[in-house]
Amino acid sequence: MRNPLSETIVSIKPSGIRKFFDIASEMKDVISLGVGEPDFDTPWFIRDEGIYSLEKGRTFYTSNSGLIELREEICRYLKRRVDVDYEAKSEVIITVGGSEAIDIAMRAMLDSGDEVLIPQPSYVSYEPCVILAGGKPVIIELKNENEFKLTKQELLDAITDKTKILVMPFPNNPTGAVMTREELEDIAEVCIEKDIFVLSDEIYSELTYCGDHCSIASLPGMKERTILINGFSKGFAMTGWRLGYACGPHAIIEQMTKIHQFCIMCAPTTSQYAAVEALRNGDKDVERMRESYNQRRRYLMNAFKEMGLPCFEPFGAFYVFPCIKEFNMTSEEFAFALLDAKKLAVVPGSAFGDSGEGFIRISYAYSLDKLKAAMQKLSEYVEELRRKH
Amino acid sequence: MREKILNYIEKNSRVELKELAVLLGTTEAEIAQELADMEAEGIICGYHTLIDWDKVTTDRVNALIEVRVTPQRGHGFDAIAERIYKYPEVNATYLISGGYDLLVSLEGKTLKEVSSFVSQKLSTLEYVISTTTHFVLKKYKDHGTILNGETNDERMIMTP
Repeated sequence: MRNPLSETIVSIKPSGIRKFFDIASEMKDVISLGVGEPDFDTPWFIRDEGIYSLEKGRTFYTSNSGLIELREEICRYLKRRVDVDYEAKSEVIITVGGSEAIDIAMRAMLDSGDEVLIPQPSYVSYEPCVILAGGKPVIIELKNENEFKLTKQELLDAITDKTKILVMPFPNNPTGAVMTREELEDIAEVCIEKDIFVLSDEIYSELTYCGDHCSIASLPGMKERTILINGFSKGFAMTGWRLGYACGPHAIIEQMTKIHQFCIMCAPTTSQYAAVEALRNGDKDVERMRESYNQRRRYLMNAFKEMGLPCFEPFGAFYVFPCIKEFNMTSEEFAFALLDAKKLAVVPGSAFGDSGEGFIRISYAYSLDKLKAAMQKLSEYVEELRRKH
Repeated sequence: MREKILNYIEKNSRVELKELAVLLGTTEAEIAQELADMEAEGIICGYHTLIDWDKVTTDRVNALIEVRVTPQRGHGFDAIAERIYKYPEVNATYLISGGYDLLVSLEGKTLKEVSSFVSQKLSTLEYVISTTTHFVLKKYKDHGTILNGETNDERMIMTP
């Protein structure tokens, strides 16, 4: 029989988290700090709106681009929060989570051999999406000494004649790094000069703890070369609703809509109605959750200080990224040993790219009580390792 | 900062100053000062404990009593409200808009105590026109806390 599989898909490595997940989920009484989604339930009024839409029998497809009310609310929201003007009818598409938006943006923009710059450590799906779209991923290794921000020089060094897209994953999963307006201006200048497009993944935009998030699309000359991706999963605690969106130049959104139309048809209708309500009345709940994350973030930074674990202070998302290089173990060895010794699960930094080696990702989408119990275990473990050395 | 402190201690008044300072990104001294000031200003009126008494004893009942009264010239409802809230068995007294005037809450009494309070004390007060007593059958949520609320973390143990 012939090989039924595509060489391209077989060549892609499975997510680095998988192996770890399989082992950790078999163990009993594990405390996990490995989750990449909010611990809060979706605010009740949003769930209620979803239930209401089902009661009303709104169980049909929406238009391919999504409910126009939702697209209009998204435009108002983006104007209000990041000061970018989008046209609801032609520059917005509602997708199945931010993940789908990443995928179809790559497919709409890349031809074979086009290079895409991916700063790492970062979310695991950019690289496979580029490969599946026929492009060539080019990794930029972000550095701890720059607090895992992208610098102008790193960008310039990675650009070739083939470079078409730069992925901007900030606020960042797994490092928690954010980039300020001034830092983004440096990047924007290079993108304009070198005629590069930007795929800005702003899914954590509501979760910043040091001033409001700045979108690179809001900088002069950038809206026309940026695909802004966002969604409801993180800020509104709506991961399971699978709802995201992309905004950008009409020509790109139009082609993305074509792919979306043939593969997906439309994003879930119930979720779209609930999301309209989230954008209209959700600001207070988002603020409440943000404040709670911020308290936990401060708690963790203080706990690391007390146990002498080096960690730059991150101001975004719900992750911290402490350095474990002093123990002479790879981050995977450290994570496995910690799971084994203390039944505490964290994610090895190397799951997010080679430049994450020597770090672990700790999520603070957990109650303070759970974080306290976990920090107690981590502190004990760190002490044990230090005594051995 | 005051509002952040209040929001936090409203749910957990037992938090240590040192920990609260870390969580709110400030110093112990500042928190201590704010707490002292807010106590002095009567913003913080007490540090109570939320107890599910049903799990401790079975013979306590809670009652909510609607009271219709005749307001007094020069005092409105205040004087009669004071007559009522001074009884130690009264847990809370509110002036209410709508079909009646005062809502009186009695907590942690036996059925007999509630009925004797209503028939012998409350109803006999001058200016009280009528009362309607409601007994609480079950408490689902109190002070923003769901009683007997199970919270299982149903998320997958690890996600990217």
